[in-house]
Amino acid sequence: MSLLEIKNLHVKVDNHEILKGIDLRVNAGEVHSIMGPNGSGKSTLAQVLARRETYAVSAGEVSYNGKDLLAMKPEEAACEGIFIAFQYPVEIPGISNAYFLRSALNAIRKYRGLDEIDAMDFLPLFREKLKLLDMDEKLMNRSVNEGFSGGEKKRNEILQMAVLEPKLAILDETDSGLDIDALRIVAQGVNAMRSPERAMVVVTHYQRLLNYIVPDFVHVLVDGRIVRSGGPALALELEEKGYGSMEADARQATPA
Amino acid sequence: MITATQQLESYLESFSEFEKLAAGHNLPWLRKLRREAFARFCEVGFPTTHDEDWRFTNVSAIAQTAFRLTRNRCVRLSQQELEPYRVPGVACQLVFVNGHFARELSLLSNLPPGVKVNSLAGEISDNPGAIEPHLGRYLEIRRDAFCALNTAFVEDGAYVHIPRGTLVEEPIYLLFVSTADDAPSMSHPRNLIVAEEDSQATFVEDYVSLDGGTVFCNTVTELVAGDHTVLSHYMIEREHKQALNISTLRIQQGRSTNVVSHSVLLGGALVRNNVHPVLAGEGGECLINGLFIGNGGQHLDNYMLVEHASQRCGSRQFYNGILDGHAHGVFHGRIIVHKDAQKTDAKQTNRNLLLSDDAQIDTKPQLEIYADDVKCTHGATIGQIEGDALFYLRSRGIDEVSARKLLLFAFASECFDRMKQGPVRKHVEGLINQCLFQLAKAPDAAGGTYRENTGRKWEEIG
Repeated sequence: MSLLEIKNLHVKVDNHEILKGIDLRVNAGEVHSIMGPNGSGKSTLAQVLARRETYAVSAGEVSYNGKDLLAMKPEEAACEGIFIAFQYPVEIPGISNAYFLRSALNAIRKYRGLDEIDAMDFLPLFREKLKLLDMDEKLMNRSVNEGFSGGEKKRNEILQMAVLEPKLAILDETDSGLDIDALRIVAQGVNAMRSPERAMVVVTHYQRLLNYIVPDFVHVLVDGRIVRSGGPALALELEEKGYGSMEADARQATPA
Repeated sequence: MITATQQLESYLESFSEFEKLAAGHNLPWLRKLRREAFARFCEVGFPTTHDEDWRFTNVSAIAQTAFRLTRNRCVRLSQQELEPYRVPGVACQLVFVNGHFARELSLLSNLPPGVKVNSLAGEISDNPGAIEPHLGRYLEIRRDAFCALNTAFVEDGAYVHIPRGTLVEEPIYLLFVSTADDAPSMSHPRNLIVAEEDSQATFVEDYVSLDGGTVFCNTVTELVAGDHTVLSHYMIEREHKQALNISTLRIQQGRSTNVVSHSVLLGGALVRNNVHPVLAGEGGECLINGLFIGNGGQHLDNYMLVEHASQRCGSRQFYNGILDGHAHGVFHGRIIVHKDAQKTDAKQTNRNLLLSDDAQIDTKPQLEIYADDVKCTHGATIGQIEGDALFYLRSRGIDEVSARKLLLFAFASECFDRMKQGPVRKHVEGLINQCLFQLAKAPDAAGGTYRENTGRKWEEIG
């Protein structure tokens, strides 16, 4: 059984169809990359998997770990082990990063029938992950993402991922806005989490990230459809040729 | 429902009875104070929505009820009944039942030497000389009928005197309990707090009610801040949801004073809290920090009038409101900068969160500036719970109800982050937490339709 199985997924926003029949299978232990030009529907796919309710699924099925993902609320999906690293993490004044993360961890632990972890016990776990992402402990007493630079926000997403230990991690353009050093640290954090029990879907526009997080499979998303799939070499081909050629092929393939 | 004439007759009867027997009835200055105040009340009557200062608040629930002073002056409450209202870590806790001091229920042991905390009625009887220079000297009875009415019926409440140079570490706690009577009853607690030069203290007024009933509490506090004093004042309103509560805090600030006033409105059906600091001495600072949380059909009205009467004074007003159900909140922030108040620095901010389609907020800044070298800013926002923030929390496994509660708490924490760490802040945080927990439950339970902000940010007005 695949960890994630998407069949013929059609998604609309404001009556405008963005995803036009996505098929995708991801098994535990695999890292898939989804690449595509702007407007292709990459983020929409990520948000639907994270259960954002503003996206209307007009057709298709998504099964996660044998369960119907589309029937789950965001918090259920998270407790079942799905994590999305957002492209634009929101700031939440008044709730500290540390408190937020511990609350999330405890919500998930409670769902799994485990005891809650208190602030004292949380600290060593927290510090270990902070170190992994080269983040200053002082940032953690600040409000969630408040005053964080773009790079800090992205690292904070991966920090959360490291603490929450999901089964399926979806990284939505995690590399956008990062300089080379930040990119390396983020990739390091992500790679440290690769395991046979975990799957990842890395959504990206540029190939560069994939030099650091080498995927097992690459899919090209153009105009709401996956037009090509292949191995890591496909990413290099895209880098060389650009999306234009794929877009042209896609236009030819689909009826008007 | 009564007519205006019947109402006047009822109050006249109450006043005549009261005047004869009240503490200090034999003191000419006090008799005069009461009579002039009552005359003023008769002259103006209760405000209507045609009065500018009461435009958003309809007081007919008070005006059209024949309130009498509590007949049952000696309501006996047990220690057990008050157990839930005891707060640890205070210098003293004075208990007032329906406006009357209950010595047997009060705790007075932890006060530093020289500090006087007594019932006002007791002080009027034993030591009127201490009271006369201050009582009624600051409160403007021409302000509104409620101030006049309170002064007409002035008798009991707290009298606090902090001698020069004294630091009172622990808070002075005043608990006002209202209980049901067989008829609609009113009380007019009056507090007089005099802090001499160079002293520091914290005062808390906590309004609670046992049982239901139609109760009207009309309270006034005159707080006299001598030069160089550092004072904190808390007003907590958490009576039951049918209670009527009008409160006025009149602060007189001397030179280089630092006064912080916190107002937390959680209970009551109709609540109006007036805060009126006058910065009379140079270099004074005043911070007014408010939070009001309304649900069901509550009406919570916050009115402030900050008067800059001297140079180089600073004032800050920060009010946060959370409204659900079909609650109605009002914020009316007036700042008057008198002609000679140069180098004034005044700032006012009101932020409001509406949780349902039927919740309503009226927010009105009013700046009257007569000096020419001043800095004066004001701003207000009205918004809903951020959809993006809510989704973010849920995407990490936090269920919707808990996530809403976290966000409401974060919004409210802007207010208590301005409170000094200590027993009072802890107490207030606990009360707010309880209150928000009710609000964060399933939208329908709150009585209004939930609306989620699907992308529209805070609306800035003014």
